[in-house]
Amino acid sequence: MNLNLKVNGREHEAEDVWPGESLLHVLRERLGQPGSKNACEQGECGSCSVYLDETLVCSCLVLAAQAEGREVVTVEGLTEDGDLHRVQEAYLEAGAVQCGFCTPGLVVSTHSLLSRNVDPSDAEIREALAGNLCRCTGYAKILDAVRLAAGRAQGGG
Amino acid sequence: MEVVSPSGLQEALDAKLENPSAVPLAGGTDLMVDLNFDRRRPDAIIDLTRVTELAGWDRADGAIRLGAGITYARLVAEVAPELPGLAIAARTVGSPQIRNRGTVGGNLGTASPAGDALPPLLAAGAQVELASATASRSLPLTAFITGPKTTALEPSELITAVLVPVATGPQQFSKIGTRNAMVIAVTSFALALHPERHGVTTGIGSAGPRPLVAEAAESFVEGVLEEEGLWDARGVIPGAAAVRFGELVADAGQPIDDVRGTIRYRRHALGILARRTLGWAWDDFRKVSG
Repeated sequence: MNLNLKVNGREHEAEDVWPGESLLHVLRERLGQPGSKNACEQGECGSCSVYLDETLVCSCLVLAAQAEGREVVTVEGLTEDGDLHRVQEAYLEAGAVQCGFCTPGLVVSTHSLLSRNVDPSDAEIREALAGNLCRCTGYAKILDAVRLAAGRAQGGG
Repeated sequence: MEVVSPSGLQEALDAKLENPSAVPLAGGTDLMVDLNFDRRRPDAIIDLTRVTELAGWDRADGAIRLGAGITYARLVAEVAPELPGLAIAARTVGSPQIRNRGTVGGNLGTASPAGDALPPLLAAGAQVELASATASRSLPLTAFITGPKTTALEPSELITAVLVPVATGPQQFSKIGTRNAMVIAVTSFALALHPERHGVTTGIGSAGPRPLVAEAAESFVEGVLEEEGLWDARGVIPGAAAVRFGELVADAGQPIDDVRGTIRYRRHALGILARRTLGWAWDDFRKVSG
């Protein structure tokens, strides 16, 4: 089947999509958007987090056909005119990236949190990121990054 | 494999009648895992996420009618005042990503003994609405789930809604797992108080082949509350009675040993969850009424 969807503001058509494949597979293997990572394929790790029609989802749990005509934003789509988003900058500055595999998913989840809640408490940050696993950092610097990004947003930055 | 994406309920039911082996898909939190791991290759899938009739909820004569496609995130955001037990359970499901996709209809259809929505629906006395292209029917949840991951759903039918009586008193839910998020319950328990009829109802999860009602425990605690005049006096439940309630709930469980826990641990935990949830709900009742 052919699949039409909007990814990061651009209309795409993916050809010869197998009807059983996930949105994650389409993004990575057919549309050249490898930012969303493929790890657990069961919604446990959050590495493949994207927006589907403005809702945070695991793209591994979305059947490709469910994304027909929908709008997807991946970590690649958070940059503005080639500049990193302030959430991405904050992850770099706080040293919240080690191996980096979980980072795209965490960045999208953090982006989603801060779009709903400009000044989250630590408990709210932990709850919002509970579906994103990191095996390197121990999460302390990830929490620092979220606080840094939140503080800058409030400061108008 | 073929994917059908109906935009209306009749179209979806017609597709199910035409191909009864087609597997319904909503949030994908169960079925997509099976597809990704090659555990299941259905010849056809019916995507229900575009069926507008399944996506909402409305009020219906003292009850809330939840469309099968309503997500956990929406249960938390929209129906907590009317269905507090279900909202508490929905808040414990998976992660934000999972709660944004997983649906109450999917939890019913999968019918896992560990399904988080099932104990509060049981305690609330929910009815499951099923439809085929030619007929519809409604079953109590106790009759709908027939065993581990098996239901009374006919091949030509889809789950369309669940009808849940609006809470008339405090409700609680609690579950045990290895962490707060992303946990399949080792065991879980839901409780509802019904002050208008001096009733206490229960739902046990993940400690039996299907969600169970702790009938002896319900009768026992109702008897204590009645004898002691506690509904009217809004008095404290005697500690020994709360402990006995927990023991009777633990006895009502039919747990198994598996990767998530042992029979002994599950029974013990179930008794504690029952005692605690009774205390929380009863404290709420005393606060609100007092």
